[in-house]
Amino acid sequence: MKSKPLPKWLGLLPLSLIVFLSGCGQMTVLNPKGPVAQSQYDLIMYSLWFMLGIIVVVFALFAYMIIKYRDRPGRKDSDYDPNLHGNTMIEIVWTVIPIIIVTLLSIPTVTTLFDLEKPPVTENQTTEEPLVIHATTADWKWFFSYPEQDIETVNYLHIPTDRPIEFKLTSADAMTALWIPALGGQKYNMAGMMTKLYLQADEVGVYDGRNSNFNGEGFAFQTFKVHAEEEEDFNAWVEEIQTESPELTQEQYDELLKPGLTEKTAFSSTHLDYVKHHTNEGMGYTIENFRELYDAKLHLYPEDIERQETFD
Amino acid sequence: MALDEFFVTGEPLIYAGMVSIALVSAAIIFLLTYFKRWGWLWREWLTTVDHKKIGIMYILSALVMLFRGGADALMMRMQLAFPSLEFLNAQHYNEIFTTHGTVMIIFMAMPFLIGLMNIIVPLQIGARDFAFPFVNALSFWSFFLGAMLFNISFVIGGSPDAGWTSYTPLAGAAMSPGPGQNFYLMGLQLSGIGTLATGINLMVTILKMRAPGMKLFHMPIFTWSTLVTCFIIVFAFPILTVALALLTIDRIFGSQFFTLTGEGLPMMWANLFWMWGHPEVYIVILPAFGIFSEVIATFAKKRLFGYSAMVWSMIIIALLSFIVWVHHFFTMGAGAFVNSVFSVSTMLIAVPTGVKIFNWLGTLYKSKIEFTVPMLWSLAFIPSFILGGVTGVMLGMAAADYQFHNSYFLVAHFHYVLIAGTVFACFAGLVYWYPKMFGHKMNERIGKWAFWLFLIGFHVCFFPQYFLGLDGMPRRLFVTNIAEWLPLNVISTVGAFGMGAGFAVFVFNIYYSYRYSEREKTGDAWGHGRTLEWSTTTPVPFYNFATVPYVDEIDPYVRMKEEGKTTFDEKKLKPIHMPSYTGQPIIMMGFLAFASFALIFEWIPLAIVGLLLAVGSMIYRSFDYDDGYYVPVDEIKRTERKARGL
Repeated sequence: MKSKPLPKWLGLLPLSLIVFLSGCGQMTVLNPKGPVAQSQYDLIMYSLWFMLGIIVVVFALFAYMIIKYRDRPGRKDSDYDPNLHGNTMIEIVWTVIPIIIVTLLSIPTVTTLFDLEKPPVTENQTTEEPLVIHATTADWKWFFSYPEQDIETVNYLHIPTDRPIEFKLTSADAMTALWIPALGGQKYNMAGMMTKLYLQADEVGVYDGRNSNFNGEGFAFQTFKVHAEEEEDFNAWVEEIQTESPELTQEQYDELLKPGLTEKTAFSSTHLDYVKHHTNEGMGYTIENFRELYDAKLHLYPEDIERQETFD
Repeated sequence: MALDEFFVTGEPLIYAGMVSIALVSAAIIFLLTYFKRWGWLWREWLTTVDHKKIGIMYILSALVMLFRGGADALMMRMQLAFPSLEFLNAQHYNEIFTTHGTVMIIFMAMPFLIGLMNIIVPLQIGARDFAFPFVNALSFWSFFLGAMLFNISFVIGGSPDAGWTSYTPLAGAAMSPGPGQNFYLMGLQLSGIGTLATGINLMVTILKMRAPGMKLFHMPIFTWSTLVTCFIIVFAFPILTVALALLTIDRIFGSQFFTLTGEGLPMMWANLFWMWGHPEVYIVILPAFGIFSEVIATFAKKRLFGYSAMVWSMIIIALLSFIVWVHHFFTMGAGAFVNSVFSVSTMLIAVPTGVKIFNWLGTLYKSKIEFTVPMLWSLAFIPSFILGGVTGVMLGMAAADYQFHNSYFLVAHFHYVLIAGTVFACFAGLVYWYPKMFGHKMNERIGKWAFWLFLIGFHVCFFPQYFLGLDGMPRRLFVTNIAEWLPLNVISTVGAFGMGAGFAVFVFNIYYSYRYSEREKTGDAWGHGRTLEWSTTTPVPFYNFATVPYVDEIDPYVRMKEEGKTTFDEKKLKPIHMPSYTGQPIIMMGFLAFASFALIFEWIPLAIVGLLLAVGSMIYRSFDYDDGYYVPVDEIKRTERKARGL
């Protein structure tokens, strides 16, 4: 009988994973720039070792079985046992080991989950008091309101380094998610709700942020740059916006809420007094006012995204 | 409504689609007329209540849907590898990923598996048909017409574009006006009737119609997986039915269940959707596990290792599948405690799944593996699925999930489990049971080509996507606009075309084998069949078993072969009671499909007419006293002697 061993190279897959991982330093999620992303990175790396272990064990057993027990000419009948159908001892072993692994994975998961609900604490923080920023989305743009500084930016974000940022997330229309992979994981923005997300940058730099939750035609365009800078630079920037940018009127804000794309702008006041999208009263505001505008299509092609990036 | 609002206009790709639909329809009508096959089509197929024929129709439809969903996938891969070609715009891309997901899950994976269950489960338990053959036909037509309804959306009215999850408020009337989203709602609702009915039907069939002596723990493992799946269907699908109905009422009649206005609860949709959606994942994976178990035991020429552990782990997976739905939106801000609970329950699923993997390896231990095509698909499943499984556990760790969520890491994970699990199983099962269905095997050499192309293409396509996810590339993005993401996307696209080539070879093999394969002479095509379906003759007579066998063990056919026995005992022949064929299921569902179509365009009077016709046909049916007919002993004797060469 003709018999061919199954892909032996399949056993090499875990090795290729290691090769891949060695080049991972460049990947955003595996290259954390703040304590939140760091704790998630630690958790991912911790779990990855278990996963690699499981892969190696199963692949090795699999390769052993299909090579040793393939039906080949001249095989002895002594190692063929068609009625072998169970072994209580070994079945208990391979039930208990996964339970142990799940337990070992659950403990750091749960502790990290509770930690992420609090502002991060690091050694070189300028202050433990988080900077509050309201991050509001509307099709397909970002509003960042700084209530203490009384300024608001559209489609870009400045934050001080070494200070926790408390994002208060909400949406004027569809559900979205604020994701800055270099600084940490995402959370949803929902109209009628306010979710809280703590992030912090340890290093000065410009990071990519975006809406990661699909919300229609302009989804790919709903990105922003995060400018993390030293406290003095940040304060200087705030002052510049306060003095040089116009105030945001309600008419202007309404105009910005209409579905579509907008370039980056800044204002020396916030929209927070005009409408509270996170409340039951405010959640329908955009739809009630601009419902008919959602019928129009923007006809967006990849070249449009390049054009938009020249705003940088 | 003007004609240019009714038909989708302005897209050359869609015009091409319209032309090809028109040409294919014309060709089918011409061929049927030319060869005078209309009567045959009606008598033998459209009115059939035979579970084997219904199963074949399910599988053929599922293959067509796999082609459609695959074409969607290739278009997306083209766009992502060559964004500068301006192949698709954002809107068109959104429509394509929405239909890709919906078609693959609802109209490909489930019908394919239900088709295999249709054909095989009654044969495995020694039954002559389903408990409710009429309902079975009804189920098929509800699925088929639902699928057709969903599929015409891209030429008539416009495709849905809010993702296969159809999250509100995006999918509500305010932000997604027009018929597109209604196609999604009505297509799923119509086919959902069939799925729910099949769940009940198969459950009753398995519980009440097993051969005498066959206890639950004597059942073949595929039948067990079907039974467990039926319980999931019966508990999960009503949730989808209700959610779809509420959203339909929202969109068409202006209620405010999931809207932003009127203090609606848009996030309730996500909860309801995934309370169905997560069990749904297990609806398409448990039968796959069943198929792999059958194939591996057969070609390892050995009893399945840990049969009762296999059964219990399926039952535990089914129970757990109902208490993990929140892991689809850990990022909704439910709080650390809620996320912890669902995180742990999610990771617990790895335990019974791991037990199953080890049991398959245990089955291979001290076996004699024969590398046939169905066995290749089943063996390739093990390492491939492990890669999907471990990343599933990583996604289940909620704190880390904040980084994986909505990214290509997630996309890679669920393709790894759904393709390596469900799709490999569909191919394995189809090739394995093909001789039982059609009287000849599929060509092994061409089958191996299809297998290797598809397997390698699959890994090349999806393995790089884990790394794209870790680099921050979100799913559902219509353009690869960050330079670092481009190389891996190109590799991924190459793999996708490899899978496409594998599928093409697979389909070619169906034609090639039909022309050239040797016809089966015995019922036990592979020579190592262990369960009752292989004890029937090929082709299987319409009544399946002339005399119902007595079964009191696992793998009864192994002993039968050793003792030289068959299930046939001419002395025990009695007239067999069989159900009559009827055109009522297709007509009844035709009326409902008409009503759904009208509702999609919000033509309320027409919808009412369709609904009244459907209800009328049900009332008519309730006065139908045709309770089948008896096959006389002489006819059975003739059929069996011919089939068995006596």
